[in-house]
Amino acid sequence: MTAIAQPIPRATLANRVGRRARDWVPAVAVFALGIVAWQWLFPDVFHIERFLLPRFSAVMSTFWHKRSELWGAGWFTFKEALGGFALGCSVALVVALVLSRWRRLGQALMPVAIAANAIPIIAFAPITNAWFGLLSPWSKIVMAAVLCFFPVLVNTLRGLTSVPPESIELMRSYAASERAIYRRVRIPTSLPFLFSALKIGCVLAMIGAVVGDYFGGSTKALGVEVQSSVSLSQFETAWSAILVASILGIAFYATIAVAERLALSWHPSTRGATE
Amino acid sequence: MSAGTPDAVVSIQSLSKVFGKGGVTALQDIGLEVERGEFVSLIGPSGCGKSTLLRIVGDIIEPTSGTVSVNGKPARRARLDRDYGIVFQAPVLYDWRTVAKNIALPLEMLGWDRGRRADRVKEMVELVDLSGFEGYHPWQLSGGMQQRVSIARAFSFSPALLLMDEPFGALDEMTRERLNLELLRIWDEIGSTIIFVTHSITEAVFLSTRVVVMSARPGRIAGIVRVDLPQPRTAITREDPRFFELVTEVREQLHAVGADEVLEEATLQ
Repeated sequence: MTAIAQPIPRATLANRVGRRARDWVPAVAVFALGIVAWQWLFPDVFHIERFLLPRFSAVMSTFWHKRSELWGAGWFTFKEALGGFALGCSVALVVALVLSRWRRLGQALMPVAIAANAIPIIAFAPITNAWFGLLSPWSKIVMAAVLCFFPVLVNTLRGLTSVPPESIELMRSYAASERAIYRRVRIPTSLPFLFSALKIGCVLAMIGAVVGDYFGGSTKALGVEVQSSVSLSQFETAWSAILVASILGIAFYATIAVAERLALSWHPSTRGATE
Repeated sequence: MSAGTPDAVVSIQSLSKVFGKGGVTALQDIGLEVERGEFVSLIGPSGCGKSTLLRIVGDIIEPTSGTVSVNGKPARRARLDRDYGIVFQAPVLYDWRTVAKNIALPLEMLGWDRGRRADRVKEMVELVDLSGFEGYHPWQLSGGMQQRVSIARAFSFSPALLLMDEPFGALDEMTRERLNLELLRIWDEIGSTIIFVTHSITEAVFLSTRVVVMSARPGRIAGIVRVDLPQPRTAITREDPRFFELVTEVREQLHAVGADEVLEEATLQ
């Protein structure tokens, strides 16, 4: 990087919007091609059967006619996912703060957490159903929470402890308290790690809630809707329910991504450091 | 605890530092007094413990034995009273803070109100010639500019003592010489006391009122060269025959302690 002699003028808004739009063109094109393939190419050219993949227009039609039932189920399951996400992430944050403050404890527990992070926790779904009751939302909330917990814990702890020693020494030279060091250095340093973890966590929470339903749950739940539609050969309904789950999952993820941008507006990655 | 000379800002007595149990002796029997308004450089080969000494004065690490007093108080008390500012080789700026907010960090810790902070930040930004960059984030600045922010931050609360650990070590020669002059100007304007760790003989002689030559393994004070060049120092000072004599004197003392690596660097300059 060369020495900057003058403050750089910010790109004008119109410029930035224009470039943003151009960046999106390829993605939109791929998406449109996918829809075309789904509607015509697969059923008409490759003769893919309805029970494997119903035509796009058929799914859309069901999606429209059953919209209140589907979105009702979607909301029911999304609440479970959201509850699990909130529970798992907040417990993980508190544990990460404690483990970073008392390193000995962290050193003892981290290998266990990392190992736990690598096990397919979703395999426990039938167990949580048995523990908290098949029809209780708590069986899905707990599943989603446990799925979120480990990646958020591991990433946040890494963020809190990856502060360069000189940053801490500087704060000590100001006679900063441990609390001030957390507030002004450790927590801001950990935010990029935390947001990566939250983005993983929100996806896992949706998976936890939906898959939890597959092993049995309330008839109002989205996963149950998918499963029962398939068993009744109502493939259009199953696909519509999956579409609802996808839309909710993407919206969830996008919300966190926007929050990340707002919270990390200072971060080089969100401000185009190479401009 | 004896306070040494009444005007001493830093008084170090029979100080030693051993790392680990029965491990490496980083510093052995160091004694040094730094008077108010002095600019003292510590120079020596890697492993002579000059950075360790600086960190002990700043109470970032503790000595194994011996005493350090700053402003007549134990180092711990001086740190808690925020008696010193510190500048590291890396600028150690917080990316989430703007230039202005990085400079204001120590002022926040001292509990200054917003208006007073803003006034001081404005003064400091002008002092280090960064007007117009207050709203920038550190990663938008060059290395030299980042280090100027770090210097402004260290001076912002007018500490009696400034500890600088190779602050210009990572910069190119031209930026380094310019910042040397700026540092002297600020030192003169603010009238603080500076302890400065460096690898460069010319930099040490150019900046200092005294150069402390250290030897390695164990770290000891091998000699002290008083720099009697006239103040204020300018670009002309580097051409003064006395400047070369003093550089030679420091070099010979380093040679005597076998600090070949510092000497190699010196011949390149």
